[in-house]
Amino acid sequence: MYDFAYHKPSSVADAVAARSGAEDGTYVAGGMTLVPTLKQRLAQPSDLVDLGGVGELKGISVSGNTVTIKAMTTHAAVANSSEVQAAIPALAALAGGIGDPQVRNRGTIGGSIANNDPAADYPAACLALGATIKTDKRELSADDFFTGLFETALEDGEMVVSISFPKPEKAAYQKFDNPASRYALVGVFAAKTGSGARVAVTGAGQDGVFRVPAMESALSTNWSAGAVDGIAVDAGTLNADIHASAEYRAHLITVMAKRAVSAAG
Amino acid sequence: MPEGGTGIGAAVKRVEDKRFLTGRGNYTDDINRPNQSHAYILRSPHAHAAINGIDTGAAKSAPGVLAVFTGEDMETGGLPCGWQVHSKDGSPMHEPPHPPLAKGKVRHVGDQVAVVIADTYAQAKDAAELIAVDYGPLPAVVGMNDALKGGSLVHDEIGTNLCYDWEIGDEAQIDEAFAKAHHVTEIDIVNNRLIPNAMEPRAAVGEYDRATDEYTLFTTSQNPHVIRLLMGAFVLSIPEHKLRVVAPDVGGGFGSKIYHYAEEAIVTWAAPRVGRPIKWTAERSESFISDAHGRDHISKAKMAMDSEGKFLALKVETKANMGAYLSTFAPCVPTYLYATLLAGVYTTPLIYCNVKAIFTNTVPVDAYRGAGRPEATYLLERLVAKCAHEMKMSQTDIRRANFIPADAFPYQTPVALQYDSGNYTATLNKAELAHDVAGFAARKAASMAKGKSRGIGYSTYVEACGIAPSAVVGSLGARAGLYESAEVRVHPTGSVTVFTGSHSHGQGHETTFAQLVSERLGLPMANIEISHGDTNKVQFGMGTYGSRSLAVGGEAIVKAMDKVVTKAKKIAAHILEASESDIEFKDGVFTVAGTDRSMAFGEVALAAYVPHNFPHDELEPGLDEKAFYDPLNFTFPGGCHICEVEVDPDTGVVSVERMTAVDDVGRVINPMIVEGQIHGGLAQGIGQALLEGCVYDADGQLVTGSYMDYCMPRADNFPNFSAGTEVTLCAHNSLGVKGCGEVGAIGSPPAVINAVVDALWDLGVHDMPMPATPQAVWKAIQAVAPAAAAE
Amino acid sequence: MPTVSMTVNGKQVSGEVEGRTLLVQFLRENLHMTGTHVGCDTSQCGACVVHVNGDSMKSCTLLAVQADGTDVTTIEGLADGDTLHPMQEAFRDNHGLQCGFCTPGMVMSAVDLVKKNPKASEHEIREWLEGNICRCTGYHNIVKSIQQAQQTM
Repeated sequence: MYDFAYHKPSSVADAVAARSGAEDGTYVAGGMTLVPTLKQRLAQPSDLVDLGGVGELKGISVSGNTVTIKAMTTHAAVANSSEVQAAIPALAALAGGIGDPQVRNRGTIGGSIANNDPAADYPAACLALGATIKTDKRELSADDFFTGLFETALEDGEMVVSISFPKPEKAAYQKFDNPASRYALVGVFAAKTGSGARVAVTGAGQDGVFRVPAMESALSTNWSAGAVDGIAVDAGTLNADIHASAEYRAHLITVMAKRAVSAAG
Repeated sequence: MPEGGTGIGAAVKRVEDKRFLTGRGNYTDDINRPNQSHAYILRSPHAHAAINGIDTGAAKSAPGVLAVFTGEDMETGGLPCGWQVHSKDGSPMHEPPHPPLAKGKVRHVGDQVAVVIADTYAQAKDAAELIAVDYGPLPAVVGMNDALKGGSLVHDEIGTNLCYDWEIGDEAQIDEAFAKAHHVTEIDIVNNRLIPNAMEPRAAVGEYDRATDEYTLFTTSQNPHVIRLLMGAFVLSIPEHKLRVVAPDVGGGFGSKIYHYAEEAIVTWAAPRVGRPIKWTAERSESFISDAHGRDHISKAKMAMDSEGKFLALKVETKANMGAYLSTFAPCVPTYLYATLLAGVYTTPLIYCNVKAIFTNTVPVDAYRGAGRPEATYLLERLVAKCAHEMKMSQTDIRRANFIPADAFPYQTPVALQYDSGNYTATLNKAELAHDVAGFAARKAASMAKGKSRGIGYSTYVEACGIAPSAVVGSLGARAGLYESAEVRVHPTGSVTVFTGSHSHGQGHETTFAQLVSERLGLPMANIEISHGDTNKVQFGMGTYGSRSLAVGGEAIVKAMDKVVTKAKKIAAHILEASESDIEFKDGVFTVAGTDRSMAFGEVALAAYVPHNFPHDELEPGLDEKAFYDPLNFTFPGGCHICEVEVDPDTGVVSVERMTAVDDVGRVINPMIVEGQIHGGLAQGIGQALLEGCVYDADGQLVTGSYMDYCMPRADNFPNFSAGTEVTLCAHNSLGVKGCGEVGAIGSPPAVINAVVDALWDLGVHDMPMPATPQAVWKAIQAVAPAAAAE
Repeated sequence: MPTVSMTVNGKQVSGEVEGRTLLVQFLRENLHMTGTHVGCDTSQCGACVVHVNGDSMKSCTLLAVQADGTDVTTIEGLADGDTLHPMQEAFRDNHGLQCGFCTPGMVMSAVDLVKKNPKASEHEIREWLEGNICRCTGYHNIVKSIQQAQQTM
């Protein structure tokens, strides 16, 4: 790891100021992706602005039909939250399946979506549930937020503050693990919402998380596993590696989508 | 037996656990020497490249840097190979030089190019980025078939990538038998390359004392004396009496810590040059590209049978990957530890095997848990399963029809080995019961009702361990003897320290060996200490591998204890004023036969060191005896593994539902430890079959270079195991022990793959390479799907 | 260089570190507490697991500066004097360790599990151990150990 200057602000305002004052700074949330990246010397930030001391970035609240999770809330906190479990059980279950227990005790929802790892779980939930991402500057829809592999609409220095999830009628997430890394080889989040079905896929796309319109329209008229049977994503748009060819990923997307719909009930 | 049962057969809790459980183990990286510096090894990013020049100037002047050395600076011997195999034409194998730091050329990704030594590890690593190496990339030789086609050479000076071309058996005679056979079953087998991944990364601390001219190396080794011999005599020219090698607590080895590695020589050689102790600890990503890998065979095999399914002849052709250099034991693995096991548990009268060992631009390959025997077992048990299908016999019938009968021991195989004992029908019977094979049909039906396919697979195997008689291995090309040594030092108050040349890196020797002493000398465990791993304490040793510690090292301890008892009887006879032949020793007490005159072990010990009236011409003071034990034969554990899997045809996921092992490891000293060893072996065997596989790309880059891509077995990959034992005693050692360290990894892979193939048989899939990953299984199903649908 | 202060096994400690110093390096190199191990560099093996403010975390993926002001428990702080923690005792009773290298992290992870889910099923135990790799035991006896500790903790 290359050395860097370290900052631990206690407010969002101070964090933004520290970040903007740095030559080539970066925020660190839980650090579950950033620290390993730094250890491998794949990044060399001048400054690390640690959000761990910003109390206003932690917490879960449910208001009406909306679950709001602040950015520095850990995966374990989401998984174990009785409010999330009651409002959107699929979201709690997804959080409870991220990484391993130690990652869940440290990793945060804000860090996960700001990083937008193509194999991360949360982006699928955000996209399928039609979440709204609030930053220190603005609000963005999930559809606008995730823009590509490790790419988001966040501007330099912009920080995720919270994510709001509208409560769906029903939803479920099914993940097929990479056998080695245990990241999602394919993860499908299927949600039935008041305005129709939404299906988002992580782990598989060449451009990161994406929606599957064909499955969405089929499920909007007929919410059943059978409705997505036979609907395949074009393998030409998918990743290939030693663990899964694009064709295998395409196949798994359909299988996981069916299972997600079944699990959602 | 002393209080609570601490002798042979007792499940004594481990002596070593308390320090490990409280964070007080003493592993190499835990050792910090005064004024210690740190080394970082710069490694080749290329699989194959000329080194046109190295500019270390900027690195040398970086903060904290003490020295930078390259291959040009390190004028030492190369890393030696401990075994010489001869080709079938009589010529010795090609043995190209293996410099600790590369000279002129790098030959695999991870090859050592330079070492930076600095005050801190971070400084050394920072400075290494400033070293400019002018590489001239060369075409990489990656696959074994390509390597034999010519073109790029891993070692230009030998003019070929073929290390040796070896054979065993009479090919003409075999071909004749095949010509007459009722049926011939053929199979192509790939034994996948594995990366050992002991959880403790390798580490070394080198130190030099200018006052005494003595070197000390602390290292993560399974055999410190072997390292002292190889490094001292062949690489650095340091005589044994000036070189101490210490292998303290070692966090797993599985073979990968047998070998003498470059980093050990580098830190020892550099220590006097920087005038400070030097520590090097591998990062895991370095382990992947510098620890010797395992397996990596490609084979063609065929079995000739008569109309009853009796095996008449077996012919095998194998290509074995050596990697870029010959690691310490590498040449013997695909020959004497592989081809000699091809009889398996069967009476096959004629066997021929040809082995071509091949250099490639990959990490060196050497022994990994089982070493040669898993490759032989996998080939044979996959072939036998296929024979059964083609002969329309059941998997157990064909095995039973060909087993070496229990009354046929000692049994001479056609491939050099003579098995001393075993009962393969008994282990199969016991395994079938333990597994509840009778209930399989119902379980299969239940799986089908869920849309899953269920299969069952068998493996009946034998292995050769307790390595090994020196005379035999010497005749086969070993450049060392494979005895073991022990010293039993009785202290004046009757407590005992045993110094053993075996090395424990998880096997629990401090407990098992102490049980041998407790049993024989009648002492409580608290009075016994097992000392190992330090060449300044232990007289000599060949170390731990090949499941040899108990069968060879344990026997050496028994032999030394025999001498202690003999000497102690003399002392007791003198003091009790009786004839030596009248002294009996039982439960820690020396008694004059037929009288109540006796002395406790501790009293005799004290007398030995307080010899006020000893007749010095007849009786030496002291009670401290040494022994070397060289076994008469290998030992031959064997058994039966049965695996039951469920396959999800929608995703290709294989889940192991039941895994049953009944192994004959000879007499069991500590059943708790034996069972643990078998569990661990099973996990590595199932890992090989379903999860683990080393992948290089066409340029020789290691694709599976971290736990992100190399699939390590986790707890949720396994069910609880059923591990049992069935005992036939080893016929040629006093304890009757065989060895249990490798059986799990040797027997299980074919059981798993046979189960997967059985599960997929009705779908039309009749073969499955390892590892049977979800993708591989799904693709195999897809490949036959149209055909199956048409049927 | 930044100064960090934290409570480790009940004792207040502090030291100067670089920003890039990992918590595990601080423990092993500054405090000479070598019970916590490093087995990989991709945050997967779990040999480095410690408790930070009561939760199990990987000390190789946490900067020492991030742990400033926290309460850290390592394997060295688990036993009560010479009396082993029930989880340590369970590992010893059930042969839940062989080479001992993964053991500190395995035990610390297991303690966190039993605290949070005292009645975890065998399946849940195996899933919880996803972040801890053992190469020796095949996990069978580790699971058995944790099941014993569920009764004794």
